[in-house]
Amino acid sequence: MLYINCPHCGLRSQNEFAYGGDATVKRPELNKEISDQEWDNFVYLRKSPRGKHLELWHHISGCRQWIKVERDTSTHEIFKTYKANEAIE
Amino acid sequence: MTQDFRLDNVGMVNREKKISFKFNGKKYFGFEGDTIASALIANGVHLVGRSFKYHRPRGFFGVGVDEPYAILQLDRNNERDPNIRATEQEIFEGLEVKSVNCWPSVNFDIGAINNFLKMFFPAGFYYKTFMWPPSFWYKIYEPFIRMAAGFGEASIKHDKERYEHKYEYCDLLITGSGPSGLASAYAAAKNGARVILAEDKPRFGGSLLTSDVNIGNQTGVEWTEKIIAELKSMPNVTVKNRSQVFGYYDHNMLVMSERISDHLPKTQKYLPKQRLWYIRANEVLISSGSIERPLVFGNNDTPGVMLSSAAKEYMKVYGVLVGKKPLIFTNNDSGYETAIEFKKNGVNPIILDTRSDPSSDIIVEAKNLNIEIKFSHVVVAAKGYKKVKSADIAKISDDKKELFNIENIECDCICVSGFWTPSIHLASQSGNKSKFNEKIDAFVPDKSKQQENTIGSANGIFTLEETIKDAFDKGFDVSNKITEKNNKISVPTVVEKKSTDHDKFWCVPLPKGKSYKRFLDFQNDVAVSDIELALREGFRSIEHVKRYTTLGMATDQGKTSNLNGLQLVSDIENKVVPQVGHTTFRPPYTPVSIGAIVGREVGKHSKPTRKSPMHSWHEKNNAVFVDAGVWLRPRYYKQGNEGLFEASKREAKNVRQNVGVCDVTTLGKIDVKGPDAAEFLNRVYTNAWLKLPVGKARYGVMLREDGIVMDDGTTTRISENHYHMTTTTAQAANVLSHLEYYLQLVWPELNVNVVSTTEQWAGAAIAGPNSRKLLMKLFPNLNVSNEGLPFMGYKEADLFGVPAKIYRISFSGELAYEINVESDNGYFMWEKIMEVGKDFQIQPYGTEALSTLRIEMGHVAGSELDGRTIPYDASLEGLVSKKKDFIGKRSLNRSAFTSTDREKLVGVVPIDKTTSIPEGSYIVKDPKAKLPNPKLGHVSASCWSVEYDNPFSLAIIKDGKNMIGQKLFAMSPLKNKTIPVEIVSSHYVDPEGKRVRS
Ligand SMILES: [Zn+2]
Repeated sequence: MLYINCPHCGLRSQNEFAYGGDATVKRPELNKEISDQEWDNFVYLRKSPRGKHLELWHHISGCRQWIKVERDTSTHEIFKTYKANEAIE
Repeated sequence: MTQDFRLDNVGMVNREKKISFKFNGKKYFGFEGDTIASALIANGVHLVGRSFKYHRPRGFFGVGVDEPYAILQLDRNNERDPNIRATEQEIFEGLEVKSVNCWPSVNFDIGAINNFLKMFFPAGFYYKTFMWPPSFWYKIYEPFIRMAAGFGEASIKHDKERYEHKYEYCDLLITGSGPSGLASAYAAAKNGARVILAEDKPRFGGSLLTSDVNIGNQTGVEWTEKIIAELKSMPNVTVKNRSQVFGYYDHNMLVMSERISDHLPKTQKYLPKQRLWYIRANEVLISSGSIERPLVFGNNDTPGVMLSSAAKEYMKVYGVLVGKKPLIFTNNDSGYETAIEFKKNGVNPIILDTRSDPSSDIIVEAKNLNIEIKFSHVVVAAKGYKKVKSADIAKISDDKKELFNIENIECDCICVSGFWTPSIHLASQSGNKSKFNEKIDAFVPDKSKQQENTIGSANGIFTLEETIKDAFDKGFDVSNKITEKNNKISVPTVVEKKSTDHDKFWCVPLPKGKSYKRFLDFQNDVAVSDIELALREGFRSIEHVKRYTTLGMATDQGKTSNLNGLQLVSDIENKVVPQVGHTTFRPPYTPVSIGAIVGREVGKHSKPTRKSPMHSWHEKNNAVFVDAGVWLRPRYYKQGNEGLFEASKREAKNVRQNVGVCDVTTLGKIDVKGPDAAEFLNRVYTNAWLKLPVGKARYGVMLREDGIVMDDGTTTRISENHYHMTTTTAQAANVLSHLEYYLQLVWPELNVNVVSTTEQWAGAAIAGPNSRKLLMKLFPNLNVSNEGLPFMGYKEADLFGVPAKIYRISFSGELAYEINVESDNGYFMWEKIMEVGKDFQIQPYGTEALSTLRIEMGHVAGSELDGRTIPYDASLEGLVSKKKDFIGKRSLNRSAFTSTDREKLVGVVPIDKTTSIPEGSYIVKDPKAKLPNPKLGHVSASCWSVEYDNPFSLAIIKDGKNMIGQKLFAMSPLKNKTIPVEIVSSHYVDPEGKRVRS
């Protein structure tokens, strides 16, 4: 079980969190004309990298904040965690 | 009581306390502190089971977790425990155990005929023997395999025992209380670290219990007792026996199973049977020790052949002789310790040493004790069927290829020592890549992966002096990283006998003309010839060889067999062992009971049960409840002999004719507040929200980004910047997460807050033509006329002194209101509604009537919004704004979503107006068409229409709009029904929606 450092609450066990997928995906702006391709990329297409991955976790049984976690998908090492609106290094 | 094999005054069992137990129905005696194994051996019993494949007789091979043979079935306190290891299970008064994998009895086993049919059970027999024809599987192969195979029988009864989980944190977890575990725990504890020391066995000390050594001026046993007593007295230390750390998971999470009551006749009150500990440790010291390796020779699975260290432990710990004419077969000095122990207890052993001319302190000691030693000698084969009676032994050439002077000598046990294998399982589970140590012919942990270090013989350190010194250092180092107290204690001096190098030889060649089975894996009956065959058949990867031959796949997970298997593969392949590599070690290290894994999450405790504040009223009024997510909701209120059908029909009819009240507390409720709340709702819902006035409610639909309907519900504008959102019961949690996602990550610039208020409000829906009259009486000061409180209106009022919120919304399609009060006032509200409602023929209605009402009206719910439908499919396209953007809108332009033959909501009525259509039925054109019959869609919900008194269903079918009026068929292969039906509008009752506005 992972040990995730919530930037709001501190180190907490994985079972307090829900996984939220790739954190680098950016939702297209509202009311903007975009191609089917662009939209499909946003809705469906995700990279599944082996290694470093910036991902979303939701601290559902804690502060209820969405956070960003930089994690190695093969070793599970967590390098850094960020608040939702924090700049990524 | 005579126990022929029990020594006087030797061992650690409590001679004061005699314990009786039954094995295969026969009564035996042992002492407190005995295991089943030690007590049976004391009674001269060595036949305890049959092997998996050939049903060969099985005895005892080890003395602990490595035991591959003695797997028994235990009956304790009317519960059944399969697969317990006789070498670990302590006896208690009244214990009953049985052999497994033998029929009709362990002494006469019909399956042993497999032993003579070996050609049917070669390597890969699973894949070869039982393949064809497929029709044989159910009737012939499977029952045969099931009867012949397997270890024990699981109980089909509910396990009444209690199991618990515990979460713990510590600075340092130490997995084993042998010399390295004790030394490191002591050093770390003295340096102020929070330490957990876990020992699998009942007794602490590990190898110190059986070795002839001194630490400081004390014997190993005395030193153990002193250290344990001191550790137990320290507040920063937790010491646990009967506790196996079996899994090393991510981020230094380890799991340990503690057997609290397994050694007692009955679990004590307020204590669990077993407890699973989830331990998050800052640092881990793995001190799991090592397991002696077998030597491989003919019939080396005969009962009476066992590990030499086990024989020594049976003597020193239990005061039990495994035999009176022992043969010690060794390739290293360890066998000598066992021989000397026999000699000290008045038994004359013979040592066969594969080495030609070794010399060390302990060999000198054995010689001085006049123990007969034969150098360059091997056991060729054990003789005897149910117990060793003699052994063919031989001199072996220096190149270990040729055997000379084969002779038969009498013996009643053969104690083997093929040197030691470090238990690297936990280190390996942590991600540590192991490395091969040529000096000890075994794998040891490599660089630390997580915060773990391996110490003592688990790390391949086999001298006590080095072990103690290294463990004191590691205990200090890892604790000091955390405590920084620099309190280093001095390392005691150690006295031990120095030993010399072991012989790399481990597998005795077959003598000419003999075809003895030489076993590697004792539990799964994998012999040298099976590995040879697998390699001949082209298997190369050790992982494939393992699965093909089943080497190391039994419940002992190859603790004694893995390394010899690797050696053999590398010998045949002419590779070195590290090139072959080893198979992956996965948790658990030892079997863990399912009960312990489940813990308290059984039955009612497997999920929380949520009840509305009116629950006890429902109970008092004969409600029959149904699970709605984690909520319990009344499904119907039973009157007299009514069943579900009659009761729900009566309740629904009463709503259509008079007035009914339904507990709607379970609906999800979310407060949406902030200056940008309207803008936020406008982006979340498909319809327009910017112009909703204060005091008005609106029905809304929200989508996922992929265009699929996520949820629906009404949201009311309570004040300028405050909205009250409702969600379906099932989606409440998901919707909240969804809203938080957009507010925190996508549109952080919106000044809005959301919070769940589901549990803050109790809700009652009042529906039916009499509902306004009822409302007038409940709220005499409120103008509830159609103008005062119109459809989708909202008012706050006083309900007999209690503040209430009234929403004029309807799910039933009738004139209806929903009243919310604070949860604490829910019961009061409900009673008042029932009391006042009497004059208007009020009746409570449950979820079944609620369904009937909404189906008749063509209102969609979870069975239509099933994660596959877009608004069009559920006939919600009128709610999709063309003007503004919202979550998921762009997806609705996708060609699949705009295609005209999409499935769409319709109503379905059986032509005969009597046959109910099973939910899930397919709608087809021609019921006799060739399979697979093209389906037009499926029936999503069915009810008995109380308005028309005939069955009515909703269905989602292809090109639904143009199908109305068509005569088709509903087919349910599950219920074996084909029903002619007519497609009608989904708005079966009041299609103009007059009632809700009346
Ligand atoms: Zn948090």
